[in-house]
Amino acid sequence: MAKVLMKGNEAVGAAAIEAGCRYFFGYPITPQSELPEYMARELPKVGGVFLQAESEIAAINMVYGAAGAGARVMTSSSSPGISLKQEGISYIAGAELPCLIVNMMRGGPGLGSIQPSQTDYFQATRGGGNGDYRVVVLAPSNVQELVDLIIEGFDIADQYRNPVMILGDGMIGQMMEPVEFKKPKQRELPPKDDWITNGTKGKRKPHIINSLYLAPEELEAHNIKLQEKYRKIRENEVKVESYNIEDADVVIAAYGTTARIVKTAISQLEREGYKVGLIRPITLWPYPYDEFKKINPQCKGILTVEMNTGQMLDDVKIAVEGRFPVYFHGRTGGMVPTPNEIIEKVKRIHGGEM
Amino acid sequence: MEERITIAGFGGQGVMAIGQLLTYAGMLENKNVSWLPSYGPEMRGGTANCSVVISSEAVGSPVVVNATSAIIMNKPSMDKFEPTIVEGGKLFVNSSLVDRKSNRDDIEVYYIPANEIANELGNMKVANMVMLGAYIEVTKMVSIESILEGFTKVFGEDKAHLIPLNKEALEKGAESVRNQIAATV
Repeated sequence: MAKVLMKGNEAVGAAAIEAGCRYFFGYPITPQSELPEYMARELPKVGGVFLQAESEIAAINMVYGAAGAGARVMTSSSSPGISLKQEGISYIAGAELPCLIVNMMRGGPGLGSIQPSQTDYFQATRGGGNGDYRVVVLAPSNVQELVDLIIEGFDIADQYRNPVMILGDGMIGQMMEPVEFKKPKQRELPPKDDWITNGTKGKRKPHIINSLYLAPEELEAHNIKLQEKYRKIRENEVKVESYNIEDADVVIAAYGTTARIVKTAISQLEREGYKVGLIRPITLWPYPYDEFKKINPQCKGILTVEMNTGQMLDDVKIAVEGRFPVYFHGRTGGMVPTPNEIIEKVKRIHGGEM
Repeated sequence: MEERITIAGFGGQGVMAIGQLLTYAGMLENKNVSWLPSYGPEMRGGTANCSVVISSEAVGSPVVVNATSAIIMNKPSMDKFEPTIVEGGKLFVNSSLVDRKSNRDDIEVYYIPANEIANELGNMKVANMVMLGAYIEVTKMVSIESILEGFTKVFGEDKAHLIPLNKEALEKGAESVRNQIAATV
């Protein structure tokens, strides 16, 4: 298929439909409203259902229902709306239901702003809802990768019966880039017939979808089973892009759109003769901790760059295990870091001034 | 090669639209491209702008901070973006609505009376295309053919009947800037 120029939010919708998603429940919020708009227009054409719920809480619980019935289903929102969905996400994780949740992050806390940010990293990777659960978190850096991760994300969700979150921001949602729709790597997906609630037709016992286990022994066993699943996801699903880390004097860690700004900074620094590497986690959970073991032992420091006040910074520190000094540069509130700010910081680390 | 373009004006002047056309044309010519709008509340009745990057390499930051070219449709945008252009960069000014000259002597500046030209063509809405025509004439970043090929992709098939008018606007913009170059040589 030829390349087309698409806005990130619309590309999410097109990719989801391509992946077989036929149900979307959402509630509008800037900067992701083009996505529900797209789904409202396009889903009926393929026999799907778009529903604008009365609230984000209703939307996520409709996702619970559709996923329980075996459908490929998606919801989307931006930061404050994702906060409202957290109870439902915890229930979905507890009941082991596959679905896709898109967060095009904006500034916070509270209503914050409508400009891009990355301030929901903790919420996405540590769980904003209650309980010992994990959500697979995918962080695309450009619109093509956004499309690829949406399509693969549905497969990951089905393979592990687990919610998958796409963590983007207002910038990737609003920007246009060329995309093409490609088939993801083939996964062996388990059949859904033995657990979905699609009607007994009088021929079998009802399937029950539930996250309530009143007997402590049962709930502990359920949690152990969940942890075993999370271990497999950690083993199999880590995605990361690395650049020049074995040779670098300074390595930058950044994800999503911020990593693009970092790449511009790195090109400039290389023209000036600096050796700078990049670790760009594509999965934020599971986090690519092992990648940091490949960093040049003589490296002078790791600079984490984010559109927040330092959240992935914690994971970088966990990954580095004290082998290198870890520094931070961030802008927040909807402000976007510039290549020059990053270049300055790298030079100061390189020169031993930090 | 990396061209970083800021396109700015009032909401309604079509700055987003010519940004998208330029981006689409770049894609059709197998270049790496990105388009990023300002989407703040200031768009309603205030200034609107978008960042376009056209590059032979993968596009890094889609945010244009230091533009290699700027297309400026109104006075507030001139004041805001004139200082952000890199040394040796190009500034295209809609002189119908910007009543001052550029303060910069380290960039190339082109003045295009886009609203007057659009008026002569009988449709004020194509002032943006006049500016785009001038930009393409000077930079040769994409061809007019590619812009027109992308036209219905950006605006929809039902706008195909507007292609001749828009083509004329692009050509008039190109002509205006050619005359300006000829006058200064």
